[in-house]
Amino acid sequence: MAESQQNYLQIRNLNHEYEAGKPILRGIDLNFDQPGIIAIIGPSGTGKSTLLRCINRLINPTSGEVLFDNVDLTSVEGKELRRHRRHIGMVFQEYNLVERLTVIENLLTGRLGYMSAWNAWRRNYTQDDINNAFELLEMVGLKDFAKQRADSLSGGQRQRVGIARAVMQDPYVLLADEPTSSLDPKTAVEIMELMDTLARRKNIPALVNIHDVSLAQRFAVRMVGMSGGHVVYDGPPEGITEDHLKQIYGGESWLS
Amino acid sequence: MSTINHQWERFTFQKKLARFAVYLVTVAAFLASIRTVDVIPEFFYDAPNQISDMFSRMWPLDTAFYPITVHAALMETLHIATLGTLVTLIFAVPLALLNARNVVANPVVNWISRFFLVSSRSVNSLVWALLFVAVFGPGVIAGVLAIAFRSVGFIGKLLAEAIEEINMGTIEALRATGASWASVLIKGYWPQVKPAFFSIVLFRWDINVRESAVLGLVGAGGIGVVLNDAMNLFEWQKVSMVLFSIFAVVILAEILVVQIRKRMI
Amino acid sequence: MAVVKDYPNPFERSPANTIGVIVIAAYLIYAAIDMDLSLARFLEGLGHGSALLDRMFPPNFTRWELLLDGLIESMQIAIISSVVGIFMSLFIGLFAARNMMPAWVSSPTRVIIALCRSFHPVIIAILFVKAVGFGALAGLLTLIVASIGFIAKLFAEAIEEISFKQVEAIRATGASFTSIVLFAVLPQVFSRFIGFSMYQLDSNLRNSTMVGIVGAGGLGGTLFSAFQRFDYDFVTAILLTIIAIILLGEFLSGKVREIFQ
Repeated sequence: MAESQQNYLQIRNLNHEYEAGKPILRGIDLNFDQPGIIAIIGPSGTGKSTLLRCINRLINPTSGEVLFDNVDLTSVEGKELRRHRRHIGMVFQEYNLVERLTVIENLLTGRLGYMSAWNAWRRNYTQDDINNAFELLEMVGLKDFAKQRADSLSGGQRQRVGIARAVMQDPYVLLADEPTSSLDPKTAVEIMELMDTLARRKNIPALVNIHDVSLAQRFAVRMVGMSGGHVVYDGPPEGITEDHLKQIYGGESWLS
Repeated sequence: MSTINHQWERFTFQKKLARFAVYLVTVAAFLASIRTVDVIPEFFYDAPNQISDMFSRMWPLDTAFYPITVHAALMETLHIATLGTLVTLIFAVPLALLNARNVVANPVVNWISRFFLVSSRSVNSLVWALLFVAVFGPGVIAGVLAIAFRSVGFIGKLLAEAIEEINMGTIEALRATGASWASVLIKGYWPQVKPAFFSIVLFRWDINVRESAVLGLVGAGGIGVVLNDAMNLFEWQKVSMVLFSIFAVVILAEILVVQIRKRMI
Repeated sequence: MAVVKDYPNPFERSPANTIGVIVIAAYLIYAAIDMDLSLARFLEGLGHGSALLDRMFPPNFTRWELLLDGLIESMQIAIISSVVGIFMSLFIGLFAARNMMPAWVSSPTRVIIALCRSFHPVIIAILFVKAVGFGALAGLLTLIVASIGFIAKLFAEAIEEISFKQVEAIRATGASFTSIVLFAVLPQVFSRFIGFSMYQLDSNLRNSTMVGIVGAGGLGGTLFSAFQRFDYDFVTAILLTIIAIILLGEFLSGKVREIFQ
């Protein structure tokens, strides 16, 4: 309990605008303290991706605070920022693997935050890292692909590698930006299952941006609905009503 | 009612006018050049005779000349090309990184490195050779540096373009792991540009073999020195021997590069 | 029960990389020794270098008339050789296109093009200087040959890539060979031809400032004699002029490409 308390992720009054006067995030306040999948739903362009990227500072928010590990991430730079980033795993819609490296090395790139550039160049990964990587690879069902290049894998397999890479970081929180949007429905379910299993096993929250509301409801312990840069729903997945969805997505023709 | 139509017509009219202007300027420039260029017509009419006369003196090749002088000079030429290509990487790689907008997102830095790359390309390798001969005296050093300085712009520009084409999603993912800037460079950028890098370097090496063959004409070492001497002494059969060896080396270099590339892909 | 077994390192250090590094290092040392390169000589040169830079700056434009003469000759060479070279390349390229010509025409034409390509323009220039004497004529002939070597090949390739349906459609009307070329082939390749031609004009402009070094006329000759007379401040002036004219050329050819897009 004490540890998970320490690893709270708190977002306070977060604002972001790419162009002055056109805010995309407006005063987001969110606390993430329980393990499991927290699904963030909302229409395209409503700032879901921006929100995730503001957390690990791939995007610098215009104002607000991101408290993680008792530090405000918006106030740290350089080495300090990287030290915190390595405890925030991230999974992407387009997988974003290093296509020309092997699967096992893609997993090991999750350890880059813990090692010097020289050791990265010489591929001096520690034996522990190598052991963890192989075990994780076995867990995601890709043991036989360890020495294949990432560009020889299918979409679903690549996303498993992407998730494994994030878990290699030994994260206190997982961020996933539309991890299932490029996959077929069956694979999408498998990927959500995998994220769910890993989040529970690691006892960490996994923030997942997702379009598919029913898929989200199936796996999430909590859902956050966003619209127009605001949070308009925050609660259990069962609590989402058609009215909420109307408010989030606007209109109703898409419902039937 | 006809506003759109009218504007559209005007646009094509402008385009036609622009094209016509280009034709006109081309013809005018050509005629002006022909009328004013300092060429003695008799020399022009006599050129075919002179050229065929020259070729007849070149035959047969002086093969005995090859082992005495040509071979060593040819090797020196290859060394100049290869060393020059290696030395150029010391400058070209950092400049390419500074020039790529997705590595350094600072227009001022991009612009400064572009300035160096453009200067390097605008000065011909023969001119670079003249400069370095003035600095280091006649010899191989001048040749190597001339090749290196001319190649910086070429390799730097193409490499920067290759870097700008990589998938930035991968880079984003590695930054998100908390990797340092250097690690992202090594594990994110490098694997993606590696094939282009080797391809560009080989391509330039091939060009450098051709270029280094002429540097000797201004005293920067290699086979060009031998060619220059033979020409000044009007030893045409030696000249043709040298030309033939250059031809052979250039062809061999090209075949080599094609073979290596095939194997790399 | 949990037997902690170590997985083997998946990155067996392949000897290829190590060998590659050793080979390059060994080559560098060998080449340096073989060609008598040494740090001492290099450092000594650096001293000369700073002295040279001292004498190169500020650039000296007082003999601008000489500069202008050379510049004009360079531009004359570039313009004439581009126009003549591109014009000749149109025909030579057509003759070399294997889809338009029988093999007994295209093959020998290809050999000619290959010969024009294999030699550096400077080597062709010295041969022409020996044959027709010093001056602009040698430069002209050189750059015509160089243009043919480069651009006839590109033309031939562009023609070989055209869609043959249009050619057949025009041929079906009973058109002559000339009409086929004019109405079926040329429209398909015209804009690419313009692109190649502009590139060649650029490249001829660069080369026209260089062939003078071996006596084939133009600004290169002015540059070379400035070097020989150790007029380094004049050298800088010439170099700046060359860079300016090349940048201007690139700008103009970009504009022309836009117009013909």
